[in-house]
Amino acid sequence: MPEGGPEERQFVRFTRLHRVMHAGMIISFLCLALTGLTLKFSYTGWAVVLSHLLGGFETAGYIHRAAAVVMLAIFVMHLVDLFRLKRREYGTWRALLLGPNSMLPNRRDVAEFAATLKWFVGQGPRPAYGRWTYWEKFDYFAVFWGIAIIGSTGLTLWFPMFFTRLLPGWFINVATIIHSDEALLATGFIFTVHFFNTHLRPEKFPMDITIFTGRMPLEELKRDKPREYEALVASGKLGEKLDQPYPPIVIKTIRAFAWAALAVGFSIVLWILYAMLFAYR
Amino acid sequence: MAPAAPAPVKTGKRVTMFLGLFIALWWTLTQAASPVPPPGATNTASEQNETCLACHGDKGMTTERAGRKVSRFVDAKKFSASIHGSFSCTACHADVEGKDLPHDAPLAPVNCGTCHAGEQEQHARSLHGRAVARGDPLAPRCVDCHGNHEILPVKNPRSAVAPLQVPFVCGRCHREGTPVQRNRPIHQDNILENYSESIHGEGLLKKGLVVTATCASCHTAHLILPHTDPASSIARRNIAATCTRCHAQIEAVHRKTIKGALWEKEANVLPACVDCHQPHKIRKVYYTQGMADADCLRCHANEQLKRSRDGQSLYVGTGELAKSRHAKVACSQCHSEVNASHVRPCETITRPVDCSSCHDEIGQQYVKSTHGQLLGRKDPNAPSCVECHATHGVLGKQDPQSPTFATNIPLLCARCHREGQKAAMRYTGRQHEIIEHYTESIHGKGLLKSGLTVTATCTSCHTAHGVLPRSNPESSVNANNVPATCGRCHHGIQEQFDNSIHAKRAAKSGKELPVCSDCHTAHSIRRADEASFKLEIMDRCGRCHQEIAKTYFETYHGKVSRLGYTKTAKCYDCHGAHDVQAVTDPRSHLSRANVVATCQKCHAGATRRFAGYLTHATHHDPRKYPLLFFTFWGMTALLVGTFVVSGIHTLLWLPRAFQMRRELRAEAEKAARSRAETAVAPPATPAPEENKNA
Repeated sequence: MPEGGPEERQFVRFTRLHRVMHAGMIISFLCLALTGLTLKFSYTGWAVVLSHLLGGFETAGYIHRAAAVVMLAIFVMHLVDLFRLKRREYGTWRALLLGPNSMLPNRRDVAEFAATLKWFVGQGPRPAYGRWTYWEKFDYFAVFWGIAIIGSTGLTLWFPMFFTRLLPGWFINVATIIHSDEALLATGFIFTVHFFNTHLRPEKFPMDITIFTGRMPLEELKRDKPREYEALVASGKLGEKLDQPYPPIVIKTIRAFAWAALAVGFSIVLWILYAMLFAYR
Repeated sequence: MAPAAPAPVKTGKRVTMFLGLFIALWWTLTQAASPVPPPGATNTASEQNETCLACHGDKGMTTERAGRKVSRFVDAKKFSASIHGSFSCTACHADVEGKDLPHDAPLAPVNCGTCHAGEQEQHARSLHGRAVARGDPLAPRCVDCHGNHEILPVKNPRSAVAPLQVPFVCGRCHREGTPVQRNRPIHQDNILENYSESIHGEGLLKKGLVVTATCASCHTAHLILPHTDPASSIARRNIAATCTRCHAQIEAVHRKTIKGALWEKEANVLPACVDCHQPHKIRKVYYTQGMADADCLRCHANEQLKRSRDGQSLYVGTGELAKSRHAKVACSQCHSEVNASHVRPCETITRPVDCSSCHDEIGQQYVKSTHGQLLGRKDPNAPSCVECHATHGVLGKQDPQSPTFATNIPLLCARCHREGQKAAMRYTGRQHEIIEHYTESIHGKGLLKSGLTVTATCTSCHTAHGVLPRSNPESSVNANNVPATCGRCHHGIQEQFDNSIHAKRAAKSGKELPVCSDCHTAHSIRRADEASFKLEIMDRCGRCHQEIAKTYFETYHGKVSRLGYTKTAKCYDCHGAHDVQAVTDPRSHLSRANVVATCQKCHAGATRRFAGYLTHATHHDPRKYPLLFFTFWGMTALLVGTFVVSGIHTLLWLPRAFQMRRELRAEAEKAARSRAETAVAPPATPAPEENKNA
């Protein structure tokens, strides 16, 4: 599904930094999920094979911690980027956080959510979404929440000697449960709900590679984010946001990477289902 | 066996006169020399005895004992003639004193030891006394040899124990066909017959030499002990002393065979008298071993010699014999039924060789063992001594050529115990492919690959001669005995184990407790530092400690172990292996005093707080671990809630999404058609379907 002819210019939705960070997230998240789940589901034969493939539980542990560091770095990078964005494009936090392109949920999201449910059941038209839909905002804050919860408990487990100077020994057990179950939530959510919402939705099937190329056809912007399109047209800034699409070889490479990530993600979902339904102890 | 006729008398009258004089003189002497009478022996003794004899003097007096009529008649004449004739009845039957007469209850057996303390003490130590103590019904007491009321002085020729009578007293039990000879382990045959034909028997019975050796001369009267007992008068080291009591200076006539100096300096290296002069068969002729064996080999050196009954070869290889452990043992020492007075001495042999004649203790073990029991039942598969030790070529277990040398034992036992062989076929237990497993085990590798002859072989655990099944409480591999059996080599471990909670003594528990083999297995024992052993041991602990093992596997330590890595703590890393104690025990590695140090073995710098980590935590027990339980269910609620909401959202979305997909496709097709017609595609026109031309 090429993104239009080479002569057509496309709308740039994500900056290079965003795309790099998302790719980094994919790699670190998959690494964390694979290495972490081998331990969580150590009672399955899968886990034993995987653990050996990953080079043993100690190597898996190093991979897990390295990936955690990468993910935390991305998290910090994003916060820094927010500061830069505020300085360059918005001027004030108020404009950034309460403006139409804000990630923060607002009253309009509630209205759009209600309108969407109506549309689902055939009681109204499809709402005219803005730059960020409510489910995209939900995904965004799920990652925020996840990194905070999993990251903090993960550090406790990484440095138990340090943390037990402040906390009782049983807190390590509590941290283990939180870390492990929150991770299950994160992997489960990303590999099913997020995959569906962005890639497997019938109208986008099999995948939407906007997050990798940063570009989306103008028609798609008009259809999916009409409010943003209109605002851009109204402000006359649409022209600034257009760029040439990538050559086919780049697109192919991106697709290969995305397919690989999807495949790993779905395998993990199958493994989790198997572990929970058939091998749970 | 008739008593030999007295020596022929030529001048009857003179002898009678001499005999009369002799008896008269002797009688006065014995009367004068009789011991001081005991307290009861006063003038009133005879009066008292009258009272007893009022009843017991009646020849018809009987009582019932165990349903049998027993005579209670006491011959007053014989009694007064006896050596105890001057005593009152109560001197021996002390318990009748003060009783109403006639007494109803039978009197207690007389205790001869009141006066004859020394003799009684010897008897108690002897074979006979020990048999009495065991309650052996065949065991002889004082009265069985000495009689009771008519005991005569030993020098009286009519005494039951006078030299001339001794062979007959002993022979009452120790002759062919008696219950004693048949049912008790007595390794000599035809004792009385052989004795009567020996030089001693001839002297006593044919020539009336009362100074010649009787049974009691060699075996002692009261302290009769088996030759295997070092205290016995016929023990190898004492036999020379026993013989030289009569044969003083016998060394003077043995100069040809024995160097004089050895008699004093190294008496222990000399052959014992009986090595040449067989007991009970001693004759005047001069014996050497070589001669005796040479006699046998006249026939048995012939390779063609066969037994007429079944054609079995009777050839005895002298080369084989010379190299064997028994090189210096004469044929007749094993083939003991031979009779030198026959032309073919072996024709009197009726039984196979009984090795236990010399190897007495081993024989007793063997008889009780499974092998011995099978032989006792005449099972054709039963292994006797020769099955393992061979016959004339028997070698010591220190000889590498011997089938019983350490490195040869597994193959020796495998002859029957390998899968498919006769012993393995009748075996119904759980141990299979024993030989194969043993060969791969640490013991088998140590023995067969590293050549360590001190490694445990089959016999180290099962014993060589007392092999018994595990179910038998006497067995060396019975659960109760396993720690001691393993402890014979692994003593340090046994010491630890014996004090652990797993040891019966320490645990004071009725539950079935593990022994060495429950964790280490019996035949497949591996090195404890092998990864597979380390991982399997947790499941072994879990066989009994099911719940606690399950919770262990819910923690980090357990999960890593499940993945097949040994680096994280396993049961024994924290609880100890052989010295495991209840965690409440101050000696436990996990007691309050020790737990931090135990954690520090892996987690250097661990603190008491750190040691508060719950190593057997489970989030399934709300009472024990409420915090974990509620954390888990809180997280689960969050997880389920999120998935339910987003799941419903997605499902509701699906129909609309499919609808959109259909519309987009239709528009794309329409656009493609119109483009083909017009061949114009203005990029700025708002027609979203145009680019959807995939």
